[in-house]
Formats: sequence, structure tokens, C-alpha cells
Amino acid sequence: MPEKIVIIGAGQAAAQAIATLRAEGFDGSLTLVGDEPFAPYQRPPLSKTYLAGTFERDRLFLKPDAFYTEAKCTTIFGVAAQSIDRSTKKVTLVDGRTLSYDKLLLATGSRVRLIRVPGADLPGIHYLRSIADVDGLRPTFKTSKHLAVIGGGYIGLEVAAVARKYGLAVTVFEALDRVMARAVSKPISDFYEKVHRDAGVVFHLNTGVEGFEGKGKLEAIRAGGKSWPSDVALVGIGIMPNCELAKASGLTFGDGIHVNEFCQTSDPDIFAAGDCTRHHGRDGAHIRLECVQNAIDQAKHAALAMAGKPSTYREVPWFWSDQYDLKLQIAGLIREGDQTVARGDPASRKFAVFHLRNGAVAAVEAVNAAPEYLVGRKLIGEGAHVAPERLADTAIPMKNIA
Amino acid sequence: MPKIKYIEHTGKEHEVEVPNGWSVMEGAVKNLIPGIDADCGGACACATCHVYVDPAWLEKMPPKADMEETMLDFAQDLESNSRLSCQIKVSPELDGLVVKMPKSQH
Repeated sequence: MPEKIVIIGAGQAAAQAIATLRAEGFDGSLTLVGDEPFAPYQRPPLSKTYLAGTFERDRLFLKPDAFYTEAKCTTIFGVAAQSIDRSTKKVTLVDGRTLSYDKLLLATGSRVRLIRVPGADLPGIHYLRSIADVDGLRPTFKTSKHLAVIGGGYIGLEVAAVARKYGLAVTVFEALDRVMARAVSKPISDFYEKVHRDAGVVFHLNTGVEGFEGKGKLEAIRAGGKSWPSDVALVGIGIMPNCELAKASGLTFGDGIHVNEFCQTSDPDIFAAGDCTRHHGRDGAHIRLECVQNAIDQAKHAALAMAGKPSTYREVPWFWSDQYDLKLQIAGLIREGDQTVARGDPASRKFAVFHLRNGAVAAVEAVNAAPEYLVGRKLIGEGAHVAPERLADTAIPMKNIA
Repeated sequence: MPKIKYIEHTGKEHEVEVPNGWSVMEGAVKNLIPGIDADCGGACACATCHVYVDPAWLEKMPPKADMEETMLDFAQDLESNSRLSCQIKVSPELDGLVVKMPKSQH
């Protein structure tokens, strides 16, 4: 059993790793370092209820302060780690402090991808990743008239839904031919596009943004060769894994810190979990996941391995998104070439799309359809084969589908 | 502030104050009461915050929305007094509420 464990990055994965390490009997010293001035907090509500103002900041925190005290975890918030010296097993922080470790967990998360077009630094252009980002964006909803959303992904559409509730006019610019194209299949994209259109959102698909215009502040979006008036913009064009520490210290990386099935990096004493990693998924594909599930489960497996109880990470990924009164729940990963099976009628606002790969249930996308999601997730874990005509038959309850 | 009593599967009791408007799930998590995982943080997306409401309190419970009803259908060891604690909003009427946790959330 190691004596000293250091965790870099104070997010969802860090909070889970601390809980699991102590639950599994690690009784050595534990230190958590995070660059934000906060204890680990939930990010999913940021673009939903926290932005809407219906969920206070206090409620975002994953654990109460007493958790860290009881876990005898030293916390250093608001200070970034600067470097890792693997030969002496020391982490140096930007304020000059050094922390020595026996095992190190990198839970450095991800950051927003910046848009690089003329005018991108004009006041009025926002991103959404942190508490500070939302604290900066929310007040503008009360004073602005026209929100431009750059990127029709989860973040962009969740923000669009909240902005409509605030009464703002909302225009979404999406470079691809459908919304949430990276995350969901076409039937789901089409459904959500219609829901947003019905709520008054205007879409410009296949339309990349060429620039931002304005004198001293944002006044218009330049896209598709035209100017579109707008006094506030939200850019949601994806996130990038934070691998700089791993790169500088010579760990294997490449669009994510590479980890094995125990969440171990190329250095056996350094582990990584969450958005910052790239691993071989259940089907062998080398993937990077951006979700709470991956942060929680990889943190559990990294903690187990550090505590001397390695266990293979094979959990089924799951995701969710809240837009208007709709809950989208997804389990598994969709792939080009999957056989898709629709269950239920999108017009009822309650339906699901199953994805079969070589006959086995590989993914499910469920809109306001918890049974489809929950049973689907279980079937995916089991690699179960279910006939498409059974999945499509809503007369057969999900409980009896397999 | 309303008081809520959480009883672990082992019988261990915890009585804590939970702010009005918070969920019963948050009351447990923020007070380090074991037995409720709440992986999704209260979005009614994971069904890992299952509790049994003391029968004396069932009448005062806010009704279940469709989503909770269907998520619960798939919880382990479902009983007629099962609820997802992330969907029970704490209010003055629930002062004194008693909930029990199941053996496992997974």
C-alpha cells in the first residue's frame, strides 16, 4: 500500500477517488490540488438549473467540506500544478510548493475549445465550463436581447433552452448539417431541432462562424457571408483534454492521457481518470469520453488500483441532457453502420432509438423514456441480442423485452 | 429548517436539518450520510438514490412525476413506499420525515 497519494485536478473524478481510496482502506496521506478556487463541484447543472438561476451555488458542491476533513485529505484550491518530476516523484505547484507522492492521480479534466476567428475577444462572447463562466453569462441574459449560440451541441442547446425561458431571441449556428451530431443519431438530432424551432429558436445549419463584429462589444455574428445582429454569444464548440502535465513529464498521450484498463498511465505510479484520459473502450476502440459516468467509474478503478485492488474498467458509458421538459438519456456509444431501431413515436415526446451491432444491443438513446434507457443499459452490459421487431414493439413492456 | 431522519440499511439513524427547497437526496449527501449514491447529482438520470419512505409519511409525499415512476420500476428491491430521494423536495410539511435506505443502490 502506498503512503502518499496526490490528486491533481479537483473535479468529479477527484471527489470519487478520495471516497473510494478511504473506503478501500488506504490510510496514508492524501492531498488534493485544484486550480479553481472551489472544492469539487458538479458541472452538469451549470448549463441547466444553475444558469437558469433555480439551483444555488452551495448546492453544486459534490461533498461538504466535512468530507475532506473526515477523509483527512489536505486540500489546496486555487493553485495549479506546474510540473511533475517522475524521477524524484514530486509535483511542483505554481506557487513553488512541492508535494511528494508514491502514487499520483491526474484528474485534470478538460477545457473549452476556443474559437479562432476575427473579433473572438470582443466583450459579450462567452464560454461555459466553470462556475465563473456561468456567473459571467447569467447576468447578461437579463440585459441582452439576442443570444447567438455558436455550436449546436449539448452545451449550446441546453443554454438555448434556458435563454428562451429568459425571453431572449436565440439563433444557433452549427457547422455540421444537424444538431448534436457528434453525440446522437439523426432521429434524435431531428427531434431536438424541431423542439427548439417550436420554442422559437432559429437555426443556421451547415454554417460556420467567420467572425464577430462590433465596436468595443459584440454587435453581430459574421456567418455564411452575412451579418446577424447579436448582443451576447455563447461558444460551445467542444472541449479539449488537459494533458499538458502528462506531456511535459513524458507520459504517453495523444488527445487524452493514455491509460490502461486499470486507469494507469505509461508510468505505473501515475493514474488518470475522467475527461483528460483516452482508453480502450468495451469494443476495443481507443476513445475519450466526456461525461460524469466516466469520471466516476475511472476514478473508482484508479483508486482501487492505487489501493492494491486492481479491477478492470468495463462499465457501460451513460449520458444525459435536460432541455425544456425533455430528458435525454443515452447508454453505450453509437457508431456508423449500427442498425437503428425506433421504439415509440417522437410526436408523443416519449420514444427511444436502439442501436444494434452484429445483433447485440450496443446503444440506446431515450427521450423521456426511462425504461428503455435502464433496460437498454443492462442489455448493453450483457451484450444481449434482441430481435429488432421486439425492440420496436411498444406493446411488449421493456421488462419483458429480452 | 425541517429535520429529516435517515436510517441506514444497518439500522443506524441520522437526524439532520435540510434547507427548504433542497432534495432529500441532497440532505443525505451534504451530511455525509452513507447509503445514497446519487451519481447524477439529482437529475433523475441514474436511480442510485432510492429510499423507502416511512409509511406514516406517505400521504404527505409530493406525487411522483412519470419519470420518477418509471425509473423506480427498475430499482432493486422496489416496495410500495419506494421513492427516488432526488425528486422529493424538502418543505415545512415534511419536517420530521423518516426515510430508510436500501441494502444497495446498484
